[in-house]
Amino acid sequence: MLSIKNLSASIGDTPVLKGINLEIKAGEVHAIMGPNGSGKSTLGKMLAGHPSYAVTSGEVLFEGRNLFEMEADERARAGVFMGFQHPIEVPGVSNAQFLRLAYNKQAEANGREEMDPLEFDDFIREKIQLVGMRDEFLDRSLNVGFSGGEKKRNEILQMAVLEPKLAILDELDSGLDVDALRIVGEAVTALKSPTKAILLITHYQRLLDHIPASHIHILQDGRIVKSGGPELAREVENRGYDWVKEETAAGANP
Amino acid sequence: MNTALTAVTSQEYKYGFVTDIESDSVAAGLNEDVIRFISAKKGEPEWLLEFRLKAYRHWLTMAEPEWANVHYVKPDFQAIVYYSAPKKKTPKYASMDEVDPELLRTFEKLGVPMNEQAQLAGVAVDVVFDSVSVTTTYKEKLATVGIIFCSFSEAVREHPDLIKKYLGSVVPTADNFYAALNSAVFTDGSFVFIPRGVTCPMDLSTYFRINNKESGQFERTLIVAEEGASVSYLEGCTAPQFDTNQLHAAVVELVALDDASIKYSTVQNWYAGDKNGLGGIFNFVTKRGLCKGRNSKISWTQVETGSAITWKYPSCVLLGENSIGEFYSVALTNHKQQADTGTKMVHIGRNTKSTIISKGISAGDSSNSYRGLVRVLPKATGARNFSQCDSMLIGQNSSANTYPYIEVQNKSAKVEHEATTSKIGEEQLFYFQQRGIPVEDAISMIINGFCKDVFRELPMEFAVEATKLLSLKLEGSVG
Ligand SMILES: Nc1ncnc2c1ncn2[C@@H]1O[C@H](COP(=O)(O)OP(=O)(O)OP(=O)(O)O)[C@@H](O)[C@H]1O
Ligand SMILES: [Mg+2]
Repeated sequence: MLSIKNLSASIGDTPVLKGINLEIKAGEVHAIMGPNGSGKSTLGKMLAGHPSYAVTSGEVLFEGRNLFEMEADERARAGVFMGFQHPIEVPGVSNAQFLRLAYNKQAEANGREEMDPLEFDDFIREKIQLVGMRDEFLDRSLNVGFSGGEKKRNEILQMAVLEPKLAILDELDSGLDVDALRIVGEAVTALKSPTKAILLITHYQRLLDHIPASHIHILQDGRIVKSGGPELAREVENRGYDWVKEETAAGANP
Repeated sequence: MNTALTAVTSQEYKYGFVTDIESDSVAAGLNEDVIRFISAKKGEPEWLLEFRLKAYRHWLTMAEPEWANVHYVKPDFQAIVYYSAPKKKTPKYASMDEVDPELLRTFEKLGVPMNEQAQLAGVAVDVVFDSVSVTTTYKEKLATVGIIFCSFSEAVREHPDLIKKYLGSVVPTADNFYAALNSAVFTDGSFVFIPRGVTCPMDLSTYFRINNKESGQFERTLIVAEEGASVSYLEGCTAPQFDTNQLHAAVVELVALDDASIKYSTVQNWYAGDKNGLGGIFNFVTKRGLCKGRNSKISWTQVETGSAITWKYPSCVLLGENSIGEFYSVALTNHKQQADTGTKMVHIGRNTKSTIISKGISAGDSSNSYRGLVRVLPKATGARNFSQCDSMLIGQNSSANTYPYIEVQNKSAKVEHEATTSKIGEEQLFYFQQRGIPVEDAISMIINGFCKDVFRELPMEFAVEATKLLSLKLEGSVG
C-alpha cells in the first residue's frame, strides 16, 4: 500500500530525513519509535503533504501512485489521513461543519453520495459515541479550547468519519488519560481492516497495548536504524535508545 | 507559497472594463461657475444653488483630514471632472427604449438588469452611472403605497419640500472636508421616502458605477422613514480599472422618525488598484443616520472589499428615547489597499442602545484600521453600547489596528468593548487540506466563520455575493 524508498528531506537547509526505506502492506499496523527530534513527525507530515518540507531525494508510492505529485488535499481524498500530534485550533468554524465538508469532499472524489446537514447529523452522532465525546463538541469551534485529550479524541472522530486507507497517528497517546486511551484505542482497533493500514508514532508501549503493532521501527537522526517485531517496543520501553545507538555504531564499524 | 491557493485566488477584477459611451461632461476643475453649471443643468431651484455655493465657500476654508491611518497622494481637485452624464436628448429617460444600448449592456455585464421583468424578484433598483441616475425600477408599484423611490434629481424636481426639509439635516454642509465638497458638487443619487406606517414591500437598491476616467463620483442619498415606517436598502458599486485614482465622495443621510426602522446594507467593490497599488478608487464617504424619533432604529451593514483607500464611518445619532443604532462591518484589504473604517454612535436620548460588530481582514501588504467612537452625552441615562472588533491577518506583511474612542458623560451608561486578533496560517490550511478540503474551500470556510455575525445581517442574496467576493479577493495571500 505504502512504499517509501530512500526518502530524504530537509527544512530550509537542514536535512531532517536521511534515506528512509519502509514498506507497509494493507492490513498491517506499524509503529515508529525514536528519541525526540529524530524526525518522526516530519516523516508523517511529509507523507501528508505539509508544504514546509522539501524532498531532496527518494520517492513514495501510495497504492502505486507517486505521492509527491499530489497536493495534500488530493492525498487525503485518496485515503491518507494524519492524526496530528498538535491539532490546530480554528475559531469560527464549527466542528460539525468542518467534518461534513471533509466527508463530502471525500465522498465527491470517490463517487459516493454527499450528505446534507440532517443526514450528516444522524451519521455523526453515531460516530461521536465511538470516541466517547459529548454532542456539544460538534457545535464548538474546531479544536478551540479543547483539552489536549479532547483534541486527540477529535482526531480519531475525524478518522472514524473519513475511514482512511492509511492512518498515520502521531503520538495519539499523549494527553490521554487511562480511560481515554482505552476508548480511543478501541475506536482505532474497530476501524482496522484487512484493506487498511495504520502507522503509529509513539514513545510508549502503553499505546501498543491497545493497538498492537506487528512491525516496530526505530528512527534515529533521520534514519530507520532498526526494525523488528512487537518485542522491540518492549525492549525500548525497558532500555531506552542508547543501546540501539551503540549497536548501530558497532554495526557501522565492526 | 501554496500553489493551489495562488491559482484559486488570482482572480482578476472582473468589473474593470470601460464602456465606450458618449458623455456630456464639463471641463475639469472646480469653481463657482462649475457649480452654477451643474445646478443649471439639473434645473435646480435657487435655494439648492445657494446650498451648494455655501458648501463650496466653506470647503475652500477647510483642509483635507490627516488623522486617518492611510497614506496617499492627495487628489488634485482641479483635475477632476465634476459632471459627466451619458449623452441623451431629453433630461430624463421616458422609457427603457431611450437608453443607449451600450449602457444597457454594461449593466447586464455587471449583473444589474435594468428592466423590471429581468430583475431579481422583489428588489427595486436605482442605477447611477458616473454623475447621473439612469433608471429607477418599480417606481409606480411603490407609489401605490405612497413610497417615493427615485433619483435625487427627480426628487428635487418632484418633491422639493421634502428635499428642502431633510437635505443636510443629518450631515450639515460644513460637517467635514469631503461632505462639504459633496454638498457643493453632488450630481445625483437616490431618494427614498417611506410614509407613516408603511413597511416597504421590497428591498430597495442603488447600483453605482463610475465609468469616466477623470470624473469623480459625488452622489447623495437621502432616506426618510416616517413614524412606524420601515425599509431595507441595499447599495452596490463597481468601477472600471484605470491606472489613475478616481475620487468617490458620497454623502448618505438617513432619518428615522418615531418607531421607524432603516436597514442600510452595502457591498462595496470599487476597483482597488492593481497588486502594486497603481490606480483604484479613493472612497471618502460620509454616512450618517439620525434616529430622530422614539424607538427608532438604524442599522448599517457594510462589506467593504474594494477601493484603494477607504475612509468611511457610517454613524448613528441616537436622539430619540429608546432608539437603537447598529453597525455591522466586514472590511477586507489585500495587496496595497488601505482602509480606515468604523463608526460613531452618539447617544443623546435616554435608554439608547448601540451595537458595533466589526471584522477586519487584512492580507498582502494592506493596512486595515477600525476607528470607532462611542459617545454618551449627559442626558443619555441608561445608554448601553456593546462593541466587538476582531481582526484577522493573512500572511506576514499585512497590518491591523483598532482605535476605539469612548467618551462617557453619564454615569449610568454601560459601555463594553472587546477586541481580538487572529491569523490564518499555513498550519490551519494544511489541517483542512489534510482532511481533503481544497484551499479555496478552507479559506472561505474560515473567513465565513469569522464574518458570520455580520453576514447574517445581510439580505440573503447579498450574503451569498459577499461570501463569494471575499474568497475572490484574497489573492495569493497565505504562505
Ligand atoms: N518547521 C521547522 N523548522 C525548523 N526545524 C524543524 C521544523 N520542524 C521540525 N524541525 C526539526 O526537525 C527535527 C525533527 O523534528 P520532528 O518534529 O520530526 O521530531 P519528532 O521525532 O517528531 O520529535 P518528538 O518526539 O519530540 O515529537 C527536529 O530537530 C526539529 O527541531
Ligand atoms: Mg513528533
